[in-house]
Amino acid sequence: MARIESEIGTPKGGFMKWIDDRFPFTETMRYHITEYYAAKSFNWWYIFGVLAFVVLVIQIASGIFLTMNYKPSAEEAFASVEYIMRDVEWGWLIRYMHSTGASFFFIVVYLHMYRAMMYGSYQKPRELIWIIGMLIFFILFAEAFAGYLLPWGQMSYWGAQVIISLFGAIPFVGEALVEIIRGDYSITDITLNRFFALHVIVLPLALISMVFVHIVAVHHVGSNNPDGIEIKDHKGPDGVPLDGIAFHPYHTTKDLVGIIVFLMIFSAAMFFAPDMGGYFLEHANFEPANVMATPEHIAPVWYFTPFYAILRAVPNKLWGAILMAGSVLIPVFLPWLDRSRVKSIRYRGWIYKMALGLFVISFVVLGWLGMQPAEGIYVMLARIFSVIYFGFFLLMPYYTTIDKTKPVPDRVVYHG
Amino acid sequence: MDKTIRFSVVLAALLTTTGALAASSIELEPAHNDPGNINSLQRGARNFMNYCAGCHSAKYVRFNTLGRDLNLSEDQLIENLMFNAEQVFDTIQATMPLDDAARWFGSAPPDMSLMARARGTDYVYNYLRGFYLDPDSPTGVDNRVLEGTSMPNVLWELQGYQKAIFSEDDHGIEAFDRFEQVTPGTMSAEEFDDFVRDTVNFLEYIGEPVRSTRRVLGVWVLMFLIVFLIIASMLKKQVWKDVT
Repeated sequence: MARIESEIGTPKGGFMKWIDDRFPFTETMRYHITEYYAAKSFNWWYIFGVLAFVVLVIQIASGIFLTMNYKPSAEEAFASVEYIMRDVEWGWLIRYMHSTGASFFFIVVYLHMYRAMMYGSYQKPRELIWIIGMLIFFILFAEAFAGYLLPWGQMSYWGAQVIISLFGAIPFVGEALVEIIRGDYSITDITLNRFFALHVIVLPLALISMVFVHIVAVHHVGSNNPDGIEIKDHKGPDGVPLDGIAFHPYHTTKDLVGIIVFLMIFSAAMFFAPDMGGYFLEHANFEPANVMATPEHIAPVWYFTPFYAILRAVPNKLWGAILMAGSVLIPVFLPWLDRSRVKSIRYRGWIYKMALGLFVISFVVLGWLGMQPAEGIYVMLARIFSVIYFGFFLLMPYYTTIDKTKPVPDRVVYHG
Repeated sequence: MDKTIRFSVVLAALLTTTGALAASSIELEPAHNDPGNINSLQRGARNFMNYCAGCHSAKYVRFNTLGRDLNLSEDQLIENLMFNAEQVFDTIQATMPLDDAARWFGSAPPDMSLMARARGTDYVYNYLRGFYLDPDSPTGVDNRVLEGTSMPNVLWELQGYQKAIFSEDDHGIEAFDRFEQVTPGTMSAEEFDDFVRDTVNFLEYIGEPVRSTRRVLGVWVLMFLIVFLIIASMLKKQVWKDVT
């Protein structure tokens, strides 16, 4: 197989040599881009990693411009967002980009995680990649939560009120911890200020560092593929995996197509339905925060609702909080809960396929239940689906052991 | 390529799940307003400045923004809309001081900039048409959509007065049945509905003045991306020719 020779990597003198003697530029480009080999059999599920990176860039770029006009004070925050929407040149575009980006970040990350679950990308030797990824997910949660307070609307305020108060359920230190988070006895200007600091400095720094570490780890071990086969086991005489193709120019040109399709969907949402019927921007958040008026129905944004439903399924506040935390944390242990000898769903038996299907259903239904009032049949449903959600993880060591797997081929399946 | 399409369909399905989040439990008649209708918006602006802006501000909305979007010249703005404003870049402020209003009515009249966006156009449409006589209320009226509202029926001259007829359902619970006209207004029921529709239309517009701009721009962005997609697909095919 002939390969397109990249400019970078050809023998050089002069300027590039001067640089390379002082900084491993060419070496790094080769290692991560022109000579990083990933399976040629990637399907479209493998686009979500690069899309997550695209959204990260969108959020940082739009966030910088928002910061230039936003005022982090309880007096001015709501008005400054409207000022951005109405009076700042292109401010509406920047703001919609950021608010749409927040939801799309979670869509993309959830699908990225689901891809890993389908193809066993968390299994040995990629356990650390998975754990770092989960860490990114937790930081993203905190980032989204802090960011949601900033517009200082009714849902910003009351949503934060509900979630922060959960920490109060922790025995002994709970109340003190809540005060430390809020910096006050209730959510005030002080809370808004520290959440702003967290949202624009602390958490983005953590996020970017962890994304860097995530990518370094992926490139060290090598990407998984839809067959769950190590392409490094079959190398050609030149030391290049036989089923691998270079990240650039092969995967980059393919990813570009995926990125444009993604940008089309993103733009369609941003330009034609930035509220997404109340899912991306909740209607009640167009009313300024009012300490005196509790909204009838407090629901977090859609990406938090599966876990919120689990919280409300439990009648006891402390146990609800523990189970909610547990539901967020438990995927961390996937590499050790999964005892299957094969990685990819392609070669697993019907038991795992059914379990994964049930898991997806329970996640979606819990997400829907988290938006409904916690009463009547909804509570009962939330309990049933919470059990299924936890069952998927806790029973995994058992059902993956007894599941009948199919023989895994030697080389990746690729149809050209 | 069909894989690309399938992937887009999956994402689209993910985004447009069952219906929108319900805002109110009362059944609301749809407003059927059209924010693309400039004439209706102009009438709505006139209605708002004449009947609402005495008490309600729209403090994020500038007159010259209205001028730009509703095809009104500076002179027309000054003549017809700017009753208590000096400069065309001023925002819409209520004539009545907020403190007095809070004292007189029990609660300050809320700002209208985002009311339609927060509550929905149907809500406002039904609210403005939903006042009925109630001798126990200090304003003489109550409202079907927002019970115990402290707002008087400022449109009574146009609408006339109506009373609410309640009937018992099968379980013996009193429920709203219909309105019955008590005194006639200067407008017919249909004219009044149109009047409110225009006003609500204006409220939807000021909730997001950029709405029509973003939709037009969105079409251009998508067309650009389609061209870009074609080129990128050709590039991918070219580069991948030697992958077997």
